[in-house]
Amino acid sequence: MADIAAAPKRELAPIGPIVVAQAKSEFLRLIRVPAFTIPVIAFPIMFFALFGLPFAHAKLAGIEAGSYMLASFGAYAVISVALFSFGVTVANDRGEKMTVLMRTTPLPPIAYLGGKVIATLAFAAIAVSALFVFGAITAGVHLAPLAWAVLLGRLLVGVFPFITLGFAVGYLAGPNSAVAILQLINLPMSFASGLFAPIDELPSYVRAIAHWLPAYHYGQLAWSSVGAPTEPVVTSIAWLAGFTVVFVVIAIRAYHREEIRTFG
Amino acid sequence: MESVVSVDRVSKTFGRLRAVDGVSLSIARGEVVALLGPNGAGKTTLVSLILGIRRPSTGAVKIFGLDARDRRARSRTGVMLQETGLPNFLRVREVIDMFRTYYADPLDSDEAIRIAGLEEKANSLITTLSGGQQQRLYFALAICGNPDALFLDEPTVGFDVEARRNFWAHVRAFVGSGRTLLLTTHYLEEADAIADRIVVIDKGKLLADARPADLKARVKAKRVSFDAPRTPALDGLPIERVQSSNGRIDLFTSEPETVLRALFERGAPVKNLEVVGATLEEAVIGLTGGTHG
Repeated sequence: MADIAAAPKRELAPIGPIVVAQAKSEFLRLIRVPAFTIPVIAFPIMFFALFGLPFAHAKLAGIEAGSYMLASFGAYAVISVALFSFGVTVANDRGEKMTVLMRTTPLPPIAYLGGKVIATLAFAAIAVSALFVFGAITAGVHLAPLAWAVLLGRLLVGVFPFITLGFAVGYLAGPNSAVAILQLINLPMSFASGLFAPIDELPSYVRAIAHWLPAYHYGQLAWSSVGAPTEPVVTSIAWLAGFTVVFVVIAIRAYHREEIRTFG
Repeated sequence: MESVVSVDRVSKTFGRLRAVDGVSLSIARGEVVALLGPNGAGKTTLVSLILGIRRPSTGAVKIFGLDARDRRARSRTGVMLQETGLPNFLRVREVIDMFRTYYADPLDSDEAIRIAGLEEKANSLITTLSGGQQQRLYFALAICGNPDALFLDEPTVGFDVEARRNFWAHVRAFVGSGRTLLLTTHYLEEADAIADRIVVIDKGKLLADARPADLKARVKAKRVSFDAPRTPALDGLPIERVQSSNGRIDLFTSEPETVLRALFERGAPVKNLEVVGATLEEAVIGLTGGTHG
């Protein structure tokens, strides 16, 4: 029998096509689940229709309320996409023991994560674009094309604290509790950060904790791109980067806990 | 010659439980090896150690001479495990196409689908597959990378007899000559039919590692089997065990010649007489000292 060590070593598969295939699968498994698509696409539009549309041309924070609220609910939409797409699919992959099967393949973990990030960004772009189109048509919100692009770009770049928070919850929670836990994070955090109603109208004790919430600084990043007075962009980015680091550390600890329990 | 699988004095403990206890095992290219043992014997733990899903407490595992967790090793293996899941809401062909990208030299999707017998379900959502069809999808995923070595952990659980026969025909066609196969199964006739080599473990320890025929030959007892209206007089004969059902009598004895001579001398009404060696099941029961499975 031939010596196997002497046989030519088969090359490894290139990582690019793996990431593309992972992103495609992750995107399909999101878009085919109405329990995911309806809340993340329809709810921001519905909230805008209820809270933004009647006052679209009133003044809010010195700018048109319509564009202010498009930024608010755009931020809410991206946060929802990131938390749920990461949190729920990661919890499911663990609960279904798909992670065990993946372990036996040469799929690099970085490609698994990369595919999820790309699918999340694509889905977030769709949810925000749908909201913008709705706002432009129904409320007549007019922004320069560049302003739309800057707002969308900032919303996508600032998403990483929520992706890493979703990942951490996905690793700490079971598949059944993940949705509930994420909703308990998402709604109060978005409310207390001023995404549903302007922060000045919130009770003082809520305003006191708002600065310690990632969604508050994410909202600042969004509002500044439509001309509202906010903290400096650099400050928002620094806070969001800090939150990302904290959530990455939590996610890595949760990952290692699983590593010992299931793969030790 | 280097081994496809090399397990060197491997143990695995979970708390106080010794799930695998000092097992050494080497599998050469092209071998078909069946891993047998009762429930809880440590089969699945041993497979997960070989595949690098879990780490051994002591000892070493190599696949193709590499660490079991090395991506190069995993590029050359295909694996079917028990109770793993896939993303719902993907179609059969979509998930096969996704897995194919993990490998440098994969099979065509159509070929993997054909070998697994999933042509009619290629465009169906995973959620709509029956249990047997899901097992065949896992088989398609195990072979889609065109692996040199295939690992199947209880692949036919829940199959009916026809589906099992069918499945093993597909496996045999794929493994052919040159590919290596390690399987665990509850069905000893499957192991007997497909394996070149049987490894028996119980309570984490390796009890036997031999060709099926050699394993059966270790059991001294033969079975003397015949039709008779009632059990004949057997007093004074060297018989270990008597079974009787529907007019068929089975006598287990290590001296079949003595028993037969006595039966004829006593004029017992014997029809359709057979004398056969032990089955693999009897051999394994003899080794593990209990019921198999």
